[in-house]
Amino acid sequence: MPRTSSRARRRLRAWGPGLLLVSPSLILLGIFVYGFLGWNIRVSFTSWRGQTPVYDWVGTRNYTELFDNERFQIDVRNLAVFTVVFIGGSLLLGFLMAMLLEKGVRFEAFFRSVFLFPMAISFIATAIIWRWLLNNGSGPSTAGLNKLFDNIGLGFLFSDWHKTPSSWAIAAIALPAGWALSGYVMALFLAGLRAVPEELKEAARVDGAPERKVFWHVVRPMLLPVLMSAVVILAHISMKTFDLFYAIDQGNLRIDTPALYMWFTTFQPGFFARGATIATLLLFGIAAVIVPYIWWSVRTERRK
Amino acid sequence: MRYSRRGAVALGLAAALIALPACSSSANDDGGSSGSSDTEVEVFSWWAGPGEKEGLEAMIADFAKKNSGIKFNNAAVAGGAGTNAKTVLATRLQAKNPPDSYQVHAGLELASDIQAGYVEDITYLYDQEGWKEKFPKGLVDAITVDGKIYSVPVNIHRSNLLWFNPATLQKAGISAPPKTWDEFLTQAATLKSKNITALSIGPGWTQEHLLENVLLGELGTDKYTGLWNGSTDWKSAEVTATLTKYTKILGFSDLKSAAADWQPALDKVVDGTAAYNVMGDWADGYLKGAKALKFKTGYDVVASPGSEGVYNFLSDSFTLPVGAPHKGAAEKWLVECGSIEGQDAFNPQKGSVPARVDADKSKYTDYLATALAEWQNPATKIVGSLAHGVVANNAFKGEIDTALQIFVQDSDVAKFADAVAKAYAANK
Repeated sequence: MPRTSSRARRRLRAWGPGLLLVSPSLILLGIFVYGFLGWNIRVSFTSWRGQTPVYDWVGTRNYTELFDNERFQIDVRNLAVFTVVFIGGSLLLGFLMAMLLEKGVRFEAFFRSVFLFPMAISFIATAIIWRWLLNNGSGPSTAGLNKLFDNIGLGFLFSDWHKTPSSWAIAAIALPAGWALSGYVMALFLAGLRAVPEELKEAARVDGAPERKVFWHVVRPMLLPVLMSAVVILAHISMKTFDLFYAIDQGNLRIDTPALYMWFTTFQPGFFARGATIATLLLFGIAAVIVPYIWWSVRTERRK
Repeated sequence: MRYSRRGAVALGLAAALIALPACSSSANDDGGSSGSSDTEVEVFSWWAGPGEKEGLEAMIADFAKKNSGIKFNNAAVAGGAGTNAKTVLATRLQAKNPPDSYQVHAGLELASDIQAGYVEDITYLYDQEGWKEKFPKGLVDAITVDGKIYSVPVNIHRSNLLWFNPATLQKAGISAPPKTWDEFLTQAATLKSKNITALSIGPGWTQEHLLENVLLGELGTDKYTGLWNGSTDWKSAEVTATLTKYTKILGFSDLKSAAADWQPALDKVVDGTAAYNVMGDWADGYLKGAKALKFKTGYDVVASPGSEGVYNFLSDSFTLPVGAPHKGAAEKWLVECGSIEGQDAFNPQKGSVPARVDADKSKYTDYLATALAEWQNPATKIVGSLAHGVVANNAFKGEIDTALQIFVQDSDVAKFADAVAKAYAANK
């Protein structure tokens, strides 16, 4: 008996202070993140519609209905197109800018800030600016990028942007989104490039490797972790982005996404259960990207 | 091992807390009665745009004159013809944090709030102020639910109006605006050949606004009303033909480069790049006020095609939420909303006619004079608006919104009619 109590006391002494220190944030996270998360999942299994909460149980009915819902199908397709174009574009642009800066440009600090600044602007403000830039009025009401093309003699580039009837219309929104975030990707890559030890590159050069091969065999493998974190960050931003689409054009299904549908169907007509279902699916979509990443990075950390 | 145990603790903690939010809503103080604490009143509306903002301010000024001790807190949320405001409001009401009074369209839009017990029965104010005699009977009937009244209508708007610039028609050689949608389509072809957009349009809700008036003009009042109470079949040949006509009308609009709100859509009519715009009579306040145009010369209006002698109405009204923090002041605000001075201060600015029958007619000039005469004419037929919450409850309307967004893109009439019919059955 005294043996076990002394052991418990020892364990408490080891655990206690640390646990006490993190408990406030643990409790707050427990309520405001995981508590509400669980509550949202619970609501997705109810028939709650209208202003009065209903906590019954309808099984997976909301999920099967949602998969048959035409608007949701359009939304998922839109999101897939947007994610691919946005991530691809931002990575490419960010990487190119990082390479240019790495090669030693004059006023590097200035350009670095210029590329990074768009990220400091909120998506709402970005959307208001780009709503005008992506205006598709023609004739005397030509404006924005189309007007610019017109003025520099590239009028044939005229585009309807996100208002084109094509089902790829949402790809146009990757322009403002990429504009906002490629600077951030550049910063990530630049940090990655700078972290490659000069000695390694020197060693490869001494062995007679041309610059191209130095990049491919020495620098590239060391950029892999940076690439992974950039993809994960961009992927989850793409899935949860709401304000950019909302402010650029409302009620245009060509740029509708699950996040928008969730908001519109919940708060105006009062389909709370359906909104919770979309939110739950979004959560699992984001988890599908983030959980493998965390698993992968924890594993590589351990290996070190 | 250590990791998993810690994880289990965290999970258990989270699970215990899931139950918490569900049971926290029982505490609800009853808002208190009128007393010395009623030194301010928070009024929630979506009147933040040109025209409507001036109207609200005129009414606030009159309110301040009569109630000098009460600080007026104008909690207007801008954008989307009230759609943004309604979202903010829904979260506030659910959190039991209501404003002292909030704006709502008279009609079925309030149905879910009444059902949820968010608004007080204010029939006593009607008795106290004698409003039942002052408002037209048809209107009082429309806002009475199970013998109780929950809101005070400030104004009456008309939805079925066709706005145009006389100079544009003259330039295009068109002698008069169309009387039917078929005539509109003929004119639209002429206008197109002269490089003028026949019809300007805005975001999603303005497309719905157009749809309701095409339906009204083609089907007539009885069948139009039947669309909302189940007696007109959405899949009937007549409705199908009308919906097909709607897609043709949209084909002559600037849907592809639609304006971001209703004001910029009207601007296209003003500057002559578009000939017509279907919009409610709040457009009058905008054209006369913000654009400083003269009625009949700078702009003109007729009933939308096929709806002569019909008033497709909507009404803005104010409520008394359950648990309003300053109930006494809120009652005074509602009295102001229903008063002759309040309505006569608000309506000429907003571009609507007063709900009261004894309003001062001399204050209503130009468009509003004809509108008031028509509203008070016993021969005028009255129907309710879809896009503005009179005839469809929020759930039904929400599903129509989505179906319409798909419809304007794919023009699949049968699919749209089917979706609306299904939505009616599921949400009536």
